[in-house]
Amino acid sequence: MTFALQFLIDVLSLGGAYALMALGLVIVYGILKLVNFAYGELIMVAGYTLFLVGGSGLPWLVMAAVAVLMAIVTGIFTDYVAFRPVRAKSVTAVLITSFAFSTLLQNAALLFISPRPRNVPLPAAFSQTVEIAGVITPVRNLITIAAAVVLLGVFAFLMRRTVLGIAMRAAATNFTMARMLGVPANLIISSAFAISGLLAGIVGILWIGRIGTVVPGIGNEPLLVAFIATVIGGMRSLGGAVLGGFLLAFIDTTLNYTLSQELLKFRDAFTFSLVILILLWRPEGLLKGPATGQRT
Amino acid sequence: MLEVADLEVRYGAIRAVRGISLAAKRGELITLLGANGAGKSTTMMCIAGALKASAGSIRLAGEDVTSAGPETMVRKGLATVTETRDVFPDLTVSENLMLGSYIRRHDRVGVAEDRERMLALFPRLAERSAQPAGTLSGGEQQMLVIARAMMSRPKVLLLDEPSLGLAPAIVDQIFEMIGVLKRSGLTIVLVEQNIAKALDVADRAYVMRLGRIAASGTADEISAATDFNAVYLGG
Repeated sequence: MTFALQFLIDVLSLGGAYALMALGLVIVYGILKLVNFAYGELIMVAGYTLFLVGGSGLPWLVMAAVAVLMAIVTGIFTDYVAFRPVRAKSVTAVLITSFAFSTLLQNAALLFISPRPRNVPLPAAFSQTVEIAGVITPVRNLITIAAAVVLLGVFAFLMRRTVLGIAMRAAATNFTMARMLGVPANLIISSAFAISGLLAGIVGILWIGRIGTVVPGIGNEPLLVAFIATVIGGMRSLGGAVLGGFLLAFIDTTLNYTLSQELLKFRDAFTFSLVILILLWRPEGLLKGPATGQRT
Repeated sequence: MLEVADLEVRYGAIRAVRGISLAAKRGELITLLGANGAGKSTTMMCIAGALKASAGSIRLAGEDVTSAGPETMVRKGLATVTETRDVFPDLTVSENLMLGSYIRRHDRVGVAEDRERMLALFPRLAERSAQPAGTLSGGEQQMLVIARAMMSRPKVLLLDEPSLGLAPAIVDQIFEMIGVLKRSGLTIVLVEQNIAKALDVADRAYVMRLGRIAASGTADEISAATDFNAVYLGG
């Protein structure tokens, strides 16, 4: 029982983080049919912002809000510098510009801040543990689960009940038709990048909260995780991204619990082998999105 | 109401249509006829703003809208029903209709009235309003895209192949609706493969061949003077 609870908390907290990462990537992919490779840098920006405002003496929640805000601004900025100028012209160009923007941001952090890890301010709760029914677990895991529940709830409400959300879902299946109904393309795309930045910012703080420091390459793993989760879940489906995130966390956690110490070094190899098997079984991902394929 | 002059659209180096000139007066229904590949849908998509014209001009209610994008065109009063019957499959019928009224979403009373009017005109949609649009039959989807287009209160409606792939009884129903819309004073541009039906409701007709207008005239003149076997079978 204790073991089951421990396992559940681990899967839900890791899965919540993975699901939010995946959702932030797929919201942009769904509409533009393009992967934003500078997505990991949104997490980096949130981390460094937190580091930079660390000495300001502001309440931590205010600093965190500033960090999330910077991730949102950077997300929208990505659209303006990397996507919008070349979007209509060539897919290849957008892939390259988003890679370039990613490299540029990482190198800016290397050059202007430091290649070495920087401590970010974190509230005491992030390093405390709590005992629930005999299970000792870090409080940050519970914070992550709570944040995931709240954000997924807000996100579901936004996408199902608001005009903007419904318009975004429409644009994700058929962008041209949505525009022919008067839904402004740029508003939809900027909103997608803003939501992507919001999710990356919040998940970034939670992610960095696990280690307490930020480095220029902090966003690489979340980008990879998000990418794999969306591929498993189905690139076109928002629900699929969430499902993929939790499944990936389930696989990772199971391996953490079952692999011997020597084999644990190779956990990623086991994870990716399973991902390959899943994709051989369901090449389109677990959940199929609405049938479309056209790029805009 | 709608005037198109010397329109040309290119796909890369290929000129898909050229020298297209047509006009529809207020309340008029004009039809574009022609074989597959004649350039009818290209012409429609260009008027709708979804394709860029490489030459020529489009005027809507006297205003030059040649370079306007699709969002602008619908704001100016031109709604489009595409040939591919583009419902948003995972959105419900209601949500599809709501997006049709996107440009006037702040006019809640007017939108609610129009919604009632459309659901009265297409009772099948009322029955299925909470269902995802992807689960509707082809005929119902066609009714939905027409109703959705009407939710923007357009002055001009572009209808691309509304009868495509539908059973004859449904086609009759759709054309009845087109008649109702025309009598309400709407200006309609209709692309159709069903020549007899199209000429029946149309005031004037244009026949397209190989990306150009090959003939034009009143519906009666066109049906008397045109050898449609030649137009459609390429004789």
